[in-house]
Amino acid sequence: MSNTTPLLQMKSIRKNFFGNQVLKDINLTLNEGEVLGLVGENGAGKSTLMKILFGMNEIRETGGYEGDILMNGEKVTIGTSFDALAHGIGMVHQEFSLIPGFTATENILLNREPQKKSIMSEVFGQRLNITDRKKMDAASAAAIDKMGVQIDGGMVISDMPVGHKQFTEIARELSKDNLKLLILDEPTAVLTEQEALALLDSIRAMSRRGIAVIFITHRLQEILDVCDTVAVMRDGVLVQRIPAAETSIPEITRWMVGRNIDTDHSGRRPVPETEPIMTIEHLWVDMPGETVRDVNLEVRRGEILGIGGLAGQGKLGIPNGIMGLYASGGSVTFDGESIPLNQPRRCLDRQLAFVSEDRRGVGLLLHESLEWNISFPAMQIHDKFLRSLLGGLIKWRDDRAIQEVTRKYIDELQIRCTGPRQKAKELSGGNQQKICLAKAFALEPKFLFVSEPTRGIDVGAKALVLQALEKFNRESGVTIVMISSELEELRSVCDRIAIVSGGRIAGILPAVESSERFGELMVSQVI
Amino acid sequence: MSDNHRPVPSAGDGIRGALREFGLPRIIIAAFLLLMFIIAPFTGVNFWSQITNVTNRFSWNAVLVLAMVPMVHSGCGLNFGLPVGIIAGLLGVTMSIELGFTGLASFVMAIVIATPFALMFGMAYGWLLNKIKGGEMMIATYVGFSVVSFFCMMWLILPYKKPDMAWGFEGTGLRTTFPVDRYFGGVLSNFLKIEIGKLVIPTGALLFFALLAFLMWAFLHTKTGTAMTAVGSNPTFARAAGINVDRIRMLSVVMSTWLAAVGILVYEQGFGFVQLYNAPFNMALPAVSAILIGGATANKASITNVVIGTILFQGIVTMTPTVMNGLINLDISEVLRVVVSNGMILYALTRKAEVTK
Repeated sequence: MSNTTPLLQMKSIRKNFFGNQVLKDINLTLNEGEVLGLVGENGAGKSTLMKILFGMNEIRETGGYEGDILMNGEKVTIGTSFDALAHGIGMVHQEFSLIPGFTATENILLNREPQKKSIMSEVFGQRLNITDRKKMDAASAAAIDKMGVQIDGGMVISDMPVGHKQFTEIARELSKDNLKLLILDEPTAVLTEQEALALLDSIRAMSRRGIAVIFITHRLQEILDVCDTVAVMRDGVLVQRIPAAETSIPEITRWMVGRNIDTDHSGRRPVPETEPIMTIEHLWVDMPGETVRDVNLEVRRGEILGIGGLAGQGKLGIPNGIMGLYASGGSVTFDGESIPLNQPRRCLDRQLAFVSEDRRGVGLLLHESLEWNISFPAMQIHDKFLRSLLGGLIKWRDDRAIQEVTRKYIDELQIRCTGPRQKAKELSGGNQQKICLAKAFALEPKFLFVSEPTRGIDVGAKALVLQALEKFNRESGVTIVMISSELEELRSVCDRIAIVSGGRIAGILPAVESSERFGELMVSQVI
Repeated sequence: MSDNHRPVPSAGDGIRGALREFGLPRIIIAAFLLLMFIIAPFTGVNFWSQITNVTNRFSWNAVLVLAMVPMVHSGCGLNFGLPVGIIAGLLGVTMSIELGFTGLASFVMAIVIATPFALMFGMAYGWLLNKIKGGEMMIATYVGFSVVSFFCMMWLILPYKKPDMAWGFEGTGLRTTFPVDRYFGGVLSNFLKIEIGKLVIPTGALLFFALLAFLMWAFLHTKTGTAMTAVGSNPTFARAAGINVDRIRMLSVVMSTWLAAVGILVYEQGFGFVQLYNAPFNMALPAVSAILIGGATANKASITNVVIGTILFQGIVTMTPTVMNGLINLDISEVLRVVVSNGMILYALTRKAEVTK
């Protein structure tokens, strides 16, 4: 392989943002048809490297990069994304850039439609050519076929499930004839397990056709499954590049974080056999995409109960419904008294708390300080961090107490920030999630729902978040219900795990059960 | 989205950042105003009487600008519907005079009478704004238009009889403009007034504004005030924390409307005249642009923004005509006022789009 010229060579790539060196001397080579898995914690520099390769505006606006990029041995300058496309580099971003009202075919071939001449175009020039629908269908079918999955080219994007949107994006890149290198930035983050498997298959298919793929993901198993080579980045440095067959998940994780992550579960406590603290009967929740149909569930006092299941089966609907964020019905009894549904305030008054899966939408005041984010619910619900003036007539905000509690949680949860007054939007995903937890902890709840606490955050932050939850449960005796789509994560902290399938509870098993049994439950009632 | 390379700000970035924070338009306007003050003495205009003018106009307008703050905080945007509150204030003035109050009593009674109207109008207006979340500023503009037009009819129909206010021949219906010097003209401005040569400071009016501004500042530091800011920042977050979002928004609209009612009274006591009919139209835009010049955006505003903005805006409006007249005998003040106020609003609204993107 060393005799042939590699498809892509990146030599001593450096990049700094306003004096902050985020990439330090990166050297990377990639051969035709090679699948490279690029991993690293958030902030390690993966995305910046890919942005350089794809000529994103952000790079040019912040002063460009240093170093050389060679394609097939020739030095190229990639100033804009058009340059990148001309060199056969395609990229699929985390956020979809599709037109919702157009069909998959129209999106795939946008601005590159095969055309037919018409009378109008004979007279007025080729801008009035007609799109050739038949050829378009054929071209998009061919592109979809290259992926090896089934999606309907005639379907409008807005009607599609998330996974199909992702495939449409990939198909658009594949439909470009000169495509030699495809960058996939966390394509599986939004996919269900089956969809992710299909995506991995399509990556293999692309590789067989000679297309090189750079695959960024937080799911390490996927890397081992599909990649030829693994490249690990840490703090702007490429710390390791090794054939995937010669490494393992624990090893990769060690390189990523530069420290050992505890994966030992031998110290597991026995499943608590306490009386139920919350009884849910015949719960239905009308949450779009996560409909709950008929859930009956008992949560035991002091335990950590996991709720797992495939995406779209209704596991997220359960906490959102009980906490009154989506319309719901049925009966919920908490601590011997029934909780009225559809009234968020009543749940909060009963000392229930909820960490939403929608961090940016529900979980945070992005434009406000960390102080406000952490103290706000506790202030509003339990009148904490307030001083009474004029005999309770005026409830004055106690900024000093707020700062104190914020500092305490910044220390306790190791939140990386410049101080309590930093704006929440400036933190990375993992640290934002810690803020959400701190917010819930500050409420000093008796019962805590935590929804997808580790979605989109890196391995190191993930471990800290899970540890914090476990510690909160052990030390404060708070019952925690944790909803997550990652079974392994649930198994690492929960006592029991309930699996939701088709809007119902398919079964509850102790966390030590084998993953096959959980897998069976997950698909048992899928609708 | 996963990777966030936050630049660590260096000292140079700090200064550049502070300048960017302050905003180019504000720097230009402040520099322009400074230039006016420097040129003024050379054009034969008395410097101290110019300062007096600016201070006076500040004292008339500041409360109206302050009225913008609550709605900006609750996420209802800039209150283009300011005329709703102004009408309440005008009802207060006319009724207070009709009932025969004079002097300070007529001012106090005007506020007392205007208050229930402001609450009522504010609640109706707030109810409407809660129905059309996301399009508040546009709807507010049209609410302002409709209310002013409706009251154009009412000023004629309502049975006002007082000769000081009514049309001379007919004896019914209110005049478009009437002086208030026999009633509450200058009650605030003349209170503790300081006169040093040509410099006159309307201490009472400034103190009155300071009081209202302090109350607003204090309110924003209470539990409810904190909730109001949070509602504006992220309504879903607030709802998840058990806040009744609609009620907080309603409260902000009522506060804004009441402040507008009081604001127009302060304006009239300084200006010396009550202006009815189409006049309230012309009050909303200057107030909106003043707070924007002061550095507020469509969803963030502070008392400092109010003070700086009012000084800059009123400074430009008062200084330009006199200085320009002295300099080139050409009055471009009106053109400049329109360019500055509308340009500022346009600038602020495009900036909002950037933030939401």
